[in-house]
Amino acid sequence: MNQQLLRSRPDGLCCPEGGFFIDPVRPVERALITHGHSDHARAGHGSVLATRETLDIMELRYGPGFTGSTQEARFGETININGVEVTFHPAGHVLGSAQVCVEGGGTRIVASGDYKRSRDPTCAPFEPISCDIFITEATFALPVFTHPEASHEIGQLLKSVRQFPERTHIVGAYTLGKAQRVIALLREAGHNEPIYIHGALAKLCDYYESAGVPLGILEPATMEERGAAPPVGSIVVAPPAAIDDRWSRRFADPLACFASGWMRIRQRVRQRGVELPLIISDHADWEELTQTIRETGAGEVWVTHGREEALVRWCELNGIAARPLHIAGYEDETE
Amino acid sequence: MERFAELLDRLVLTPSRNGKLRLLTDYFATVPDPDRGFGLAALTGGIGFPAVKPAMLRALVMERVDPVLFGYSYDYVGDLAETVSLIWPAGENEDAEAPALSEVVERLAQASRSDAPAVVARLLDQLSPSGRFAAIKLATGGLRVGVSARLTKQALADFGQVDVQEIEELWHGLWPPYTELFAWLEKRGPKPENAAKAPFRPVMLAHAAEETDFANLKPDEYAAEWKWDGIRVQAVSEGGVRKLYSRTGDDISGAFPDLAEAMDFDAALDGELLVGDPRERTGTFSDLQQRLNRKTVSQKMLRDYPVFMRCYDILAVGAEDTRPLPYTERRELLKDFLSTLAPDRFDLSPTIDFGTWKELDGKRCNPPHPIIEGVMLKRKDSPYLPGRPKGPWFKWKRDPFTVDAVLMYAQRGHGKRSSFYSDYTFGVWAGPEEEPALVPVGKAYFGFTDEELKQIDKYVRDNTVERFGPVRAVRADRNHGLVLEVAFEGLARSTRHKSGIAMRFPRISRLRWDKPAHEADRIETLEALIASSK
Repeated sequence: MNQQLLRSRPDGLCCPEGGFFIDPVRPVERALITHGHSDHARAGHGSVLATRETLDIMELRYGPGFTGSTQEARFGETININGVEVTFHPAGHVLGSAQVCVEGGGTRIVASGDYKRSRDPTCAPFEPISCDIFITEATFALPVFTHPEASHEIGQLLKSVRQFPERTHIVGAYTLGKAQRVIALLREAGHNEPIYIHGALAKLCDYYESAGVPLGILEPATMEERGAAPPVGSIVVAPPAAIDDRWSRRFADPLACFASGWMRIRQRVRQRGVELPLIISDHADWEELTQTIRETGAGEVWVTHGREEALVRWCELNGIAARPLHIAGYEDETE
Repeated sequence: MERFAELLDRLVLTPSRNGKLRLLTDYFATVPDPDRGFGLAALTGGIGFPAVKPAMLRALVMERVDPVLFGYSYDYVGDLAETVSLIWPAGENEDAEAPALSEVVERLAQASRSDAPAVVARLLDQLSPSGRFAAIKLATGGLRVGVSARLTKQALADFGQVDVQEIEELWHGLWPPYTELFAWLEKRGPKPENAAKAPFRPVMLAHAAEETDFANLKPDEYAAEWKWDGIRVQAVSEGGVRKLYSRTGDDISGAFPDLAEAMDFDAALDGELLVGDPRERTGTFSDLQQRLNRKTVSQKMLRDYPVFMRCYDILAVGAEDTRPLPYTERRELLKDFLSTLAPDRFDLSPTIDFGTWKELDGKRCNPPHPIIEGVMLKRKDSPYLPGRPKGPWFKWKRDPFTVDAVLMYAQRGHGKRSSFYSDYTFGVWAGPEEEPALVPVGKAYFGFTDEELKQIDKYVRDNTVERFGPVRAVRADRNHGLVLEVAFEGLARSTRHKSGIAMRFPRISRLRWDKPAHEADRIETLEALIASSK
């Protein structure tokens, strides 16, 4: 097996033979990007190979000059880079998110980026790819992380809106992916009233709409000319940092909600001052992680960003070779 | 069970009293009998399952989960019940209906010490993570969701649109799952009759006297008594049943066997629970705290901190309800009655002679005993009424103590205040005069106006020197700092605080923007106050 096909370096996964990096945390000549979250997709590379949506999202965030040149990767289409074969497959994390399958010298490695297995109406579902080495994230890699059905959590939110109609429910959700997923799930649950969004969400929500993800009527949560607040009983979606900051004071008796896998842990909920935790995650939970490792049939697993030690332990118990990759710079989903 | 689990999850995170009340009334309105009754019992501390112990849970989970993975998880989560509830492998037949709360209660109640592990394991197999957490909390006792029995009864009263005193009065004659009570509250059945011996009688409470009240009050229409700083209790003994109740009707007899033993009478008395021997000495509130919230009382406790009751009123003698009698007549009855009781356990709250309000005010400001926190005014012709009627009784408290302290840390509030730094830790100067350091002496989160809250919030944000999660350390040194005038009711020695001092009921009374930080008080001021109250 060609163990040298991909190597972990402090600044990211490197393919020396192909002359490229996957999700490098520093500017490089040639970068393959799995998805648009800023810790994976950084500006300043010489060239970027990514899905159409990821390229668009990077341009939205960093402006047209975010890289020297771009190349679009289509799901399932193999690209040869200096003799190394590269194929992108959906990862189910956010719109445009991909796993990168790298094959050379008889070895196939899948770098899965961030992924989840539960249903998400805003992006293509994860596809397990059989491989020799599977590189997995470990954000929620402890057996205590069991994400419930997202629809159940949305039900809790709508129930609370009925129970406390005089309060404004402010849902903290990451601006790329989670926010749009929460909105889409609310629509699926029959909530047809306008949803009010923080200014930081506007561009990405527009982009999702243009990419064919319907989000219904969205209104700005705050007007510049006056301190006008949405009507009583509305749902507001905002970046997590805004829910308990001064920005939230303009709303009627705000009720802080937070849509995140971290909300499974009560101590985290209390620390954040959240009144209604919504356990909705764009990362795989323990069951999904272990199930996915099995489905890939990989004989070896590399574990990155998160609770590596627990997943490595599970692999050992199940007779799968595993080791942690220590790559600096990827953040937890926390802030 | 899932509805109960959901209720607990929401209650613990809902800071406002009204929010909690709404969650509770909704639960009572939407959950059928008998489940809601068992939910009510769990919230009011009415059920326990001694066969289930935390150590057993740990053993059960270890049979099912790799110990290394359990270790990583427990370290991360930090709470055993929560870790077990989340890590427990999902059951085989997930589609099967999860057991209802009443079924969970029934199975736990029937479990013996030997088959408890199997019973608990089977329950955990059938529940969701949230349901498991609730079941474990229920089984091991102590829901800890920030809801008192009193608040739960208030929610019942709101739900049935009756007065909470009616619920309190009935309470000790009712048993889970309280179907009769719910039938009455839903206007489907008659009011349950309290057949229990020695029932609780709702307590009469006083309004705080305002300066402006005295213009309309005639001194000769009122009697005055000292307001003792203990806990208000009701001692009821009837047909051999002896009960000591807190002012909200909680049965606290178990914690005070020494007093219960002396209750060999047939009557209901209202008074203050204090430590000491009424003939010789009355202990401080911190002495009394040694005896509060204990499940078991050691012989040493009973010897070192004996309790007695300083009696204010008599509510029943034998079969006669004396509450309708005027105060002066009840007082005569009480005096006669007390002469028959053990003098080391019961005495009469003395009255204060006075001619004018000014004269009484003088006595109020110089009470004869440090354990007095003010005076009570009671209208001589008033009957004993439940609740807090305006007019017959007033409490006229001693002025609070104040200290000038420096703001050291600020923490974000909850609910409406979650965007504000609204909980303040303050300190006073300690150490050498020329190089003093601040030592924290207390924490306060009210007493200021909304406008002042905004000002302090801005000050905190502008003067942050360090952040620890929701807490900010604020710049506080000799030349720079915000001085807070803090009012409080008293001080006690404490081993839990770095300063060795615990403040009672601290609140911010004034913001001293004008005062330089180095002019705030020193720890010696507080030390002297403790010494003088001994």
